[in-house]
Amino acid sequence: MKWRRLRAVLKKEFIHVFRDKASLFMVLMMPVVFMMLFGYAVNTDVDNIPTAVLDMDKTEASRELILNFQNTGFFRMEIYADNMETIDKAFENNDINAGLIILPSYSSEAGNMEKVELIIDGTDPNTARSVLQYGNAIGLSVVMNGNGGSVEGLNTQVWYNPNMESKRFTIPGLIGLIMQNITVMLTAFSLVREKERGTIELLAIAPLKSSELILGKMVPYIIIGFIDFIVALGIGVLWFGVAVEGSLLLMVATGLGFVICSLSIGMLISTVAESQLEAMQMTILIILPSVLLSGFVFPLESMPVFIRTISRIIPLTYFLEILRSIMLKGAGFGGLYQEIISMAGLTALLLSVAIKRFKQIMQ
Amino acid sequence: MMENAIELVGLKKSFGEIEAVKGIDLIVPKGGIYGLIGPNGAGKSTTIKMICGVLEPSGGEGRVLGLEMGAESEKIKEKIGYMSQKFSLYEDLTVSENIEFYSEIYTIDLEKKKERTDEVLRISGLGDRKHQLVGNLSGGWKQKLALSCCLIHKPEILILDEPTAGVDPVSRRLFWKMIYEIVEEGITVLATTHYMDEAEGFDSAAFIMDGRIIAADTTEALMKKNNVDNLEDVFIKYAIDSDEETFEKEYKMMKRRISDEMA
Repeated sequence: MKWRRLRAVLKKEFIHVFRDKASLFMVLMMPVVFMMLFGYAVNTDVDNIPTAVLDMDKTEASRELILNFQNTGFFRMEIYADNMETIDKAFENNDINAGLIILPSYSSEAGNMEKVELIIDGTDPNTARSVLQYGNAIGLSVVMNGNGGSVEGLNTQVWYNPNMESKRFTIPGLIGLIMQNITVMLTAFSLVREKERGTIELLAIAPLKSSELILGKMVPYIIIGFIDFIVALGIGVLWFGVAVEGSLLLMVATGLGFVICSLSIGMLISTVAESQLEAMQMTILIILPSVLLSGFVFPLESMPVFIRTISRIIPLTYFLEILRSIMLKGAGFGGLYQEIISMAGLTALLLSVAIKRFKQIMQ
Repeated sequence: MMENAIELVGLKKSFGEIEAVKGIDLIVPKGGIYGLIGPNGAGKSTTIKMICGVLEPSGGEGRVLGLEMGAESEKIKEKIGYMSQKFSLYEDLTVSENIEFYSEIYTIDLEKKKERTDEVLRISGLGDRKHQLVGNLSGGWKQKLALSCCLIHKPEILILDEPTAGVDPVSRRLFWKMIYEIVEEGITVLATTHYMDEAEGFDSAAFIMDGRIIAADTTEALMKKNNVDNLEDVFIKYAIDSDEETFEKEYKMMKRRISDEMA
């Protein structure tokens, strides 16, 4: 391996990235845009639920109950209805997602939650589930007030994310996803472009070693992927306020490992695809399942066994577990070595296949 | 004393079941332009790729500049320049960045780099355009740049694989004028083409069909021997002798392709 040849390839690759406006935009803006977009959009927190109230009791106690609901911030009283039909109509018109009905006998047996009904719009199960939870929570507290503290029920504690903010779940996942997408896409395009333009032919005929070409093509994208990792992490910590509980060093080290893993996927695509269009399609084919199956949004535990097996061969799955554990739980190497070994194993496999195919192309 | 640039003895190449090159004997002397002429799929490109050291021969042997094919392919690579019809250039790099890239890939002595760069810019006349992006150049200029890039390391053999396919007639003429100038300086050129008028300007030529050489000599001798006054007729004669039926089909196809490209 000669440094001059390696340096020439490195320089050329950097020029490709920085002179192509589309890829430069992707490199610089994708972490910012994605973090902002997903950071706010992938939000399963529910508050300000538009609610209609039908108070048939019309007493001080019932008004207090309504006030209790309102004060939580989860419910926003939109409509004070006089009859059931108004509530029905409001549901149909999508004006409300919840309806609170207080039966006439509520005050006579104050604190009797059986006389209070909460109707929930189940069209969006996520919202419905949240409403249900909040309703239960408020119901309980009302019962507590009424019965002087003799409450029966589970005492639930939520660890690591006590306020159950969805951003603390989403942000670490997003960091991993952004890194994967950028790195896979850029690397996939880099070699395919040479195939498409025929420049690969001249490289094969020149006294350029495949190791020089591979390394020269890898290093720029490792650096770019890594910079995007830091940018995404910075936005997650500084803007969204998701602190890193565990070792930053372990996070950076595993992050670097994952960049190399994504790069291998990209390289593998570029050895198979014949055109940039094909490379794009394959990239989407890789990215889409990894969004759905890596546990980025949907928990792996509730997936059927078959799907879970697939998710086990997606490197992002392991990296998300690693990221979330380090960021939220403060997990160390001891608690994560299984995931780290799995990810390293997948990386080694992908990289060696990619290098082998790469060398075949250079012949 | 090494007299010949390329010597091939019974060179073969198979891709699985298909035998693309069925045993080629070829001697290309040093200096001058040597043409490798034949229809598409005759094995021209495969032969060239083996000479370049990109493909490993499956049989036979060969020496390029006295270096053994296969075993010494890395050394061979440093001494040959190769250009194809595709103009392998980076369109998002400038003219001088492309030249710089290849001069580094061929690790040209640092003290000679400037001199070589100026030299290829002079030959191609690209000096005024060295800061332009290649993507903005016309086809003719791109072709000149491609030639500059493969001459940057001062190769002893220049291999041109259908260098003028799809290029307009004026640019073709100018291109060969440039090549003749380079040959004056002592470089050996091995070229494939399917334009017979181009081939008539070559010093020697070999006709290749169906993976075999069917005739090889100086272009003058070839014409004299067959009692015709142009190379096209020579080609037809040899080809008809070798296999009338397949030849006619291939020749017609070739003709059609040329007229398509001209159009």
